[in-house]
Amino acid sequence: MKRILSWAAIAVGVVYFFLPLVGMLEFSLKMRRGEYSLDAYRSVMGDPQFQATFGYSVVMACLTIVFGVLVVVPTVFWVRLKLPRLRPFMEFITLLPLVIPPIVIVFGYIRLFNTSSWLPLTGTTLGTDFLLMCGYAVLALPYMYRAVDTGLAAIDLRTLTEAAQSLGAGWITVLAKVILPNVLVAVLSGAFLTFAIVIGEYVFAALLDRPAFGPYLVWAGGNKAYEPAALAVMTFALTWACMMLIQLATKFSKHTRMPR
Amino acid sequence: MAYLDLSALQKSFGANQVVKSFDLGVAKGEFVSLLGPSGCGKTTVLRMVAGFETPTHGAIKIDGQDVTHLRPNQRNIGMVFQAYALFPNLTVAQNVGFGLKIAGVSAKEIIARVAEMLALIGLPEMGARYPFQLSGGQQQRVALARALAPRPRVLLLDEPLSALDAKIRVSLRAEIRDIQRKLGITTIFVTHDQEEALSMSDRVVVMNGGRAEQVGAPFEIYNHPKTRFVAQFVGTLNTLDAIVTNPAGGEVTVQGQPLRLPQAISAQAGATVGLALRPEVVHLEADADQISRGDFALPARIAAVQFLGAVIRVKAETAAGAISLDLFNRPDAPPPPLGAEVALRFRGQDVIVLA
Repeated sequence: MKRILSWAAIAVGVVYFFLPLVGMLEFSLKMRRGEYSLDAYRSVMGDPQFQATFGYSVVMACLTIVFGVLVVVPTVFWVRLKLPRLRPFMEFITLLPLVIPPIVIVFGYIRLFNTSSWLPLTGTTLGTDFLLMCGYAVLALPYMYRAVDTGLAAIDLRTLTEAAQSLGAGWITVLAKVILPNVLVAVLSGAFLTFAIVIGEYVFAALLDRPAFGPYLVWAGGNKAYEPAALAVMTFALTWACMMLIQLATKFSKHTRMPR
Repeated sequence: MAYLDLSALQKSFGANQVVKSFDLGVAKGEFVSLLGPSGCGKTTVLRMVAGFETPTHGAIKIDGQDVTHLRPNQRNIGMVFQAYALFPNLTVAQNVGFGLKIAGVSAKEIIARVAEMLALIGLPEMGARYPFQLSGGQQQRVALARALAPRPRVLLLDEPLSALDAKIRVSLRAEIRDIQRKLGITTIFVTHDQEEALSMSDRVVVMNGGRAEQVGAPFEIYNHPKTRFVAQFVGTLNTLDAIVTNPAGGEVTVQGQPLRLPQAISAQAGATVGLALRPEVVHLEADADQISRGDFALPARIAAVQFLGAVIRVKAETAAGAISLDLFNRPDAPPPPLGAEVALRFRGQDVIVLA
């Protein structure tokens, strides 16, 4: 009886999760009357606005990942190595982006960095892009921090650091050649999560008026019929591809393979 | 002047003074062990030499150069850790060559030196493997090769054998000592295992409570301990209470029987002093009549017999307390039966007077 109930619960979960996806996929293929086709996808891919916004978001995602890694990895490394008492504080700080709505953060940014402020980042395109990247990094912080923290917890950080130092390595070499390669899988999982967040993000990009993919998705949703469904399917596929890449990175990481 | 000179080293963590005025001079090529119980400060001394801890007071000099405030990566000191600390993302060869690469040595020289080091540790074919593909003993050998590859001025070994099983530990300690002799590298070895310290070292520093209780050759430390702590910490010890009868003549009585010690006793007549006996200097006699003149004998009853292979450890109850003694195993001489009445014989010159 218990077994049947377990399977029933799983079946309900699967239906609840997949049915809307199947419906959306089916709808995205119905652009041509009376038959299934990839017309909606063709239309989306051929749209110059799609190409521009998607390209912009991909570049922003990559920059955010680099920025996030450069900020988070040394910080978590230092806190774990030298300031372990600060860990609860760090946990709290990195959870804030989950409880503070993005709209509050972005209004704070606009207020702090507007053209009449001491650092008028919103006055130039480059400055606004930088602000957007910082905003994305903040949004991704809970995921990146936890991924890196878990990765560092899995290695003997102190001894590896000291071993490298005794062999003549300075802090940057320790981080770049010893620590980072050993938490690469964790960093990659943080990076893919960051990528997925940035690609779909709307509030920051819209309020900072940047041509990102999120606002394009919303615009397409309000102005087109079949293309939004195709875009949603593509976004899902992209997110899942990121998840699969995390798994692949773990699988093909040579030194983490255990002897059998 | 010593090659490695530690003078008046002190280290405090908050109000807790872990190392209290520690002095040690190590000659070039010497192998010195820091031996002591957990928390005695031996690892802290080693970490100060490595540069991972800054002394609260005192100085560290290597070959006349004051390195007290140099960063660990500027000291040219090799270190082997208890937990191996091989870089998991690098192959064995890359691990061994890591320090050389950092030092900017050419790729050709790195390849040659790595091959030399792998041959030295007896793993010439393992260069392409990753650390997880090696056994614990092999990993620790690679860690040793990695530490030695950049030709450090001093080698520090932080309990490198503790994580290994007993058999490998014994073989590896002989290997480490051979390599150290071959290279003539000045080495400090931290251990809480007295057998390791005694078997490997030129000199042993017995530490207690952040101080060096005694520094000396293993033979001296074992046979002539200067303090009660050293006597009790190094080796197994039987203790007996004795009453001093003639301090200048080294005469005491144990359980009413006179015993003459080879040296004068710094205590007043009538005072009680502690005597210590190693298990190997106590002999078991089945018949008290066989005991020759000059020897001291205590009547005893066999309370426990432990067969350890080459040695049989016997515990005998006497009126002065329990005494352990070691007998060499002989196939034609079975261990004494439990409860047997025997005599325990030892000589006054084998007795250690505890300070």
